[in-house]
Parts: sequence; structure tokens; C-alpha cells
Amino acid sequence: MKRYDLIVIGAGPAGLSAAVEAAKRGLEAAVFDENDKPGGQLFKQIHKFFGSKEHKAKIRGYNIGKELLRNADELGVKIILNAEVVGLYPFKEVVVNIDKKVLHYRADTIVASTGASEKMITFPGWTLPGVIGAGAAQTMMNIHGVKPGEKILMLGSGNVGLVVTYQLLQAGIEVAAVVDASPQIGGYGVHAAKVARTKVPFYTSHTIVRAQGEKSVESAVIAEVDENWNIIEGTEQSFNVDTICLSVGLSPMSKLFSMAGCELEEVPAKGGMVPVCDKYGETSVSGIYAAGDVSGIEEASSAMIEGRIAGTAAAHKLGYIGEKEFLAEVKLQRESLESLRQGMFAPENKGKVFTETEEGYQISGSLLEKGYIDCKEIDEYPGVKSKEGIHPVIECTQNIPCNPCQDSCPNDCIVVGEITSLPEYKRSEECSGCGLCVASCPGQAVFLINNDIENNYSYITIPYEFSPLPSDGDLGTALDRSGKELCEAEIVEVKSIKAFDNTHLLTMKVPLEYSKEARFFKAKEE
Amino acid sequence: MRIQKHPILGEFKKGKEVSFTLDGKEMNGCEGEPIAAALRAVGVMVHRHTKKGLGRGIFCAIGRCTDCVMIVDGKPNVRTCITPLKAGMEVKTQYGVSDKP
Repeated sequence: MKRYDLIVIGAGPAGLSAAVEAAKRGLEAAVFDENDKPGGQLFKQIHKFFGSKEHKAKIRGYNIGKELLRNADELGVKIILNAEVVGLYPFKEVVVNIDKKVLHYRADTIVASTGASEKMITFPGWTLPGVIGAGAAQTMMNIHGVKPGEKILMLGSGNVGLVVTYQLLQAGIEVAAVVDASPQIGGYGVHAAKVARTKVPFYTSHTIVRAQGEKSVESAVIAEVDENWNIIEGTEQSFNVDTICLSVGLSPMSKLFSMAGCELEEVPAKGGMVPVCDKYGETSVSGIYAAGDVSGIEEASSAMIEGRIAGTAAAHKLGYIGEKEFLAEVKLQRESLESLRQGMFAPENKGKVFTETEEGYQISGSLLEKGYIDCKEIDEYPGVKSKEGIHPVIECTQNIPCNPCQDSCPNDCIVVGEITSLPEYKRSEECSGCGLCVASCPGQAVFLINNDIENNYSYITIPYEFSPLPSDGDLGTALDRSGKELCEAEIVEVKSIKAFDNTHLLTMKVPLEYSKEARFFKAKEE
Repeated sequence: MRIQKHPILGEFKKGKEVSFTLDGKEMNGCEGEPIAAALRAVGVMVHRHTKKGLGRGIFCAIGRCTDCVMIVDGKPNVRTCITPLKAGMEVKTQYGVSDKP
């Protein structure tokens, strides 16, 4: 029976990070994954990540995945694909189904990073073809290049629902509505805002009543719910869609831990049944560690850090690093992890509704309910200030752990400070108009405004990630934060440089009166 | 249903076009992509019918839920979302566990 120093189960962000960290210290590590490609869900994440530089903020998920695979390869980590782990035992024996053969492996340490599966809700018609998981939509469009549908209704407005909605739009798919039974949008306001400005409506306090269709989905009926989640009669409305996407949460896939005799607990804030772990991710069975979504649903950025901690702990357990180095390394990683767990969307705040920020700014009720900040509210925030000449307008109004805007500004115009603080625009510093803040904001919440180029006109620079890309001189319509058509707009500049990583900067010219409202551009239909 | 030019991912690197059959009818797809992706690209939604006669299609697309199983080259219960398409494959709609309605 082949024996490894470390066996990792699952080659996603957590598992690969654990293997890389352990291999760096000299452990012989093998990673088993049931899929035919490594990377878990990372290669479906085509958006820029939140966080700070150490969390790989502003880098797109699939590029983070490529880098992880490169590291694993350089360090000689063995990744065994099409290998489904079907058994895990307390004495650290792993049973794997490879090519219809059941093979046994032993390891001195195990990191199980098996991830999560999508939750679902049931309603009449939910089994019709055309009702799919939001993850399925991501897989179809971002991996296989096939549209999951032509017109979609998204159920659930957490970050997964919002991010996937945006990706559907990027794939050229129409999204009829984003529906959530909760009275507030669940995910980041900035994710909702970039969807809302394309004119996708949000239906909060609404739920799905049924999916209709003869052979597959032809329409979806939704209705308003009261504060007790009961459907209010007479509020039903129907959308003609061919696909309904469910993004109603994730559930840790912790079955292998129970098989291995690890103690499990039900923790709603972590998404369900999770192994009880110490601060290094070690379960109640010595030498078996958990990392990533399986130990509590979070972002991929957190999963990677948890993986690194578990990999380092495994190296320490087997004597590949000393106590001092181990504690120093883990301290750094823990701090990095803790910084991602700050702010309003921290795991411990799940389900809580905030009405004001840490700094005491009012949270926009319109943002929470409809996905966009009302124009009357926007001047309240520290990132929104007027100035002569070109300057950034930062419409980031919730405490989320993210600071690429601050990091990217060569002139120190933008200050975030504590990672969850609202970015503040320092009017005293000179903005060069380079646009790095616009392109680096993972929430696409930064704009450049210049009201001093031409009398009575405002030049507004917006981030743009759609095809086809408009060109200089193109005429179209400027839309406001809700997607409402405001006025004619002319594209005066399109800036696409490598550092922007496929976020293009469109500068549109609109009448001055729309300076505070125009935030998106719709090209004239051919 | 195929994405021609993606604003972030550009053009997708796909395998060469191959033909296969669905219930005897010839269709085309890209070699190596999941059978389910090839079917979705040509607009096929129903992969199987339950014993009660209810249609089922893609649900999770990552091999977990088994909603998308079909009969492939005579073998029932093949998860089409994770089974790569090969030239000449005979794919059949599954009824319960058989190929007969």
C-alpha cells in the first residue's frame, strides 16, 4: 500500500494550498480529486477577487487557480484526477475509486477539503428541465462556453446569485429578474449595483411560486411574501424564462469526516454539519484536518488560507518544521484570515441587517432593497466628493474587507485604512486620471468624473466588461444606477491596457446635469 | 447556444467538431466536452424520464445530482454532465432505467 506524508482530498483552492504548503516543507503530498481537471470551482470564477494584495485581490479566480497549479507542479505535488475518495478511516487510510478499481492508500496526515454542494429549494415544477443550480450555470458558460439558457430568472441574491447573474449577462444571456424572499439583498451591495445598472430588476420579499412548462421551463411565477414568509395573495407575476437558477446557499460536504470518526457539529452560520476543528483545522481525530468550505462556507480566498494553515500544521505534526517557525507562520496566516472575516458580511453576521456602517454612515435602503443607491443618498459617502478636474467617485458604501482601490492609486488619493472601512477620496491629493482604481475595484464601484473638459458636459469613465466593446465616437444611451435610460451618450475614449485585466474603461460624454446619475452605457442596437 | 466571444475569456478552446446520435438522430458537438454541454448547445433539454414519466435534465452539471443521466453506448445511468463526448457516441433518452418509453 502506497504511503504518503500527506494525502489531500479535493484539488480545489483549499486542498491545493494545503498540498503546496506541505510540499514546500518537504512532505511528499498527493491530492485526489474526482474531477478530470484540478482547481475545484476556481476556474469558474471569472470575476476579480475581493480582499487585499495578500489575498490576491483584484486577480480573477481562474488566474489564481492557474498560479496554484503552477506552484503545486513546481513542488512536485502529485495530483491524481478522476479519483473519487470513497472512504476515510481514523487510522488515516484512504480508499479511492480510480478507473473502477478500489485502491487503498495510507498517509501520516490528511487534509480533507471536499468543498460544498449547492442547496436547493423545492416548489411546484422544480424538477422540470431548465431548473438548475447557479453553479451549473457557471460551469456551463465559463468552462464549456455553452449558454445554460437564453433568458433566466435568478433565485437568491447572496454573493453567488449576484456574481453568477453578472456572469450570465457577460455571456450574453438575458436575466429577467433576481428574486429573494428576504426583504434585503443578501450579497455585497456593489455586486448588486453592477447588475442593477444593466437594468436587471430585483424582487426582494418575493419568492418563487412555481415553474411552468410542458417539457421544460417556459415561465416562472413569483409572488410577494409578508414578514412571516407567507405569500400575499394577488401579487403573483409571471416571467417568460427558459431557465431558473437556484442560488440559495451551499452545504458543506462533510460525510468523509463522519466516516473517519471525527466529531461533527451543526453550525448554521457555517452552512450546516461541519467537523469540529481547532485553530489549525485539525479535527477530533489527530492528523486529520479540514480546510475550505467543508469546514464552513466562505469565500475561496479564505479557503486558500485555511488550506495553507492545515498544510503547515501537517508539516509541523510530522516534524518538518520547528515549533517557532510553525507558530510564526500560522500567526501570519491567521491574521490574514481574520482580516477577511471582518465587516458586515463576516460569517458571524450571517442574517444580520445593518442600517449603518462602522463609521456611522447610513446604509442605503434602496441599495438593500433594489440593488442601487438612490441619487439623493450618494453624496453622503466619503468616497463621493466633487472637485475641479478629473477625480474618482467611489460608490462603496458597506464595510467589506477590500482595498485594491487604495493600493492601486499611485497618488494616494484613496484611503481605506482598516480593511473594512469605506474608501475615502482625499480631495487634497491630485488625481492623474490613470483609471487604475476603476479597473481594480472588484465591485466595479469606482468611476472617474470630469466636469471641466467641455462646457455643460460631464465626462464619466465607467468600468466595462461586456462584448462587444464600444469604440471611440460610438453613440448610445447613458443609464442611471437603476438601468433607467437618461440621455444620449457619446463614447470619447476606450482604454484597454494589460494592467486592467479585461476591465475596459469607457469614457462617455453626457450633459452636465447627468453627472451624478449616469453610471452605465448602452450601445445603440444595430 | 454557444458563446462566441466572451468579454473575459475570449474564445473557448474546444475540441474538434464530431458527430454523435441522440435517439438515432445525428447531431454535432465538440469532442471532449461533456455530452450534456453538447446537448444543451443544440437545445436538448430533456435527458430522461422518471418511472412516472416526468422529464429531467441538467441540474448540477458537476456529476453530483444524477438528474442528467442517459443511456450512452448501451450503458444506462451515465452522468452526461461529466462524461466527455466522443465521435460516434450513441446517446439515448432514458426512461426509468431503460431506453423504452
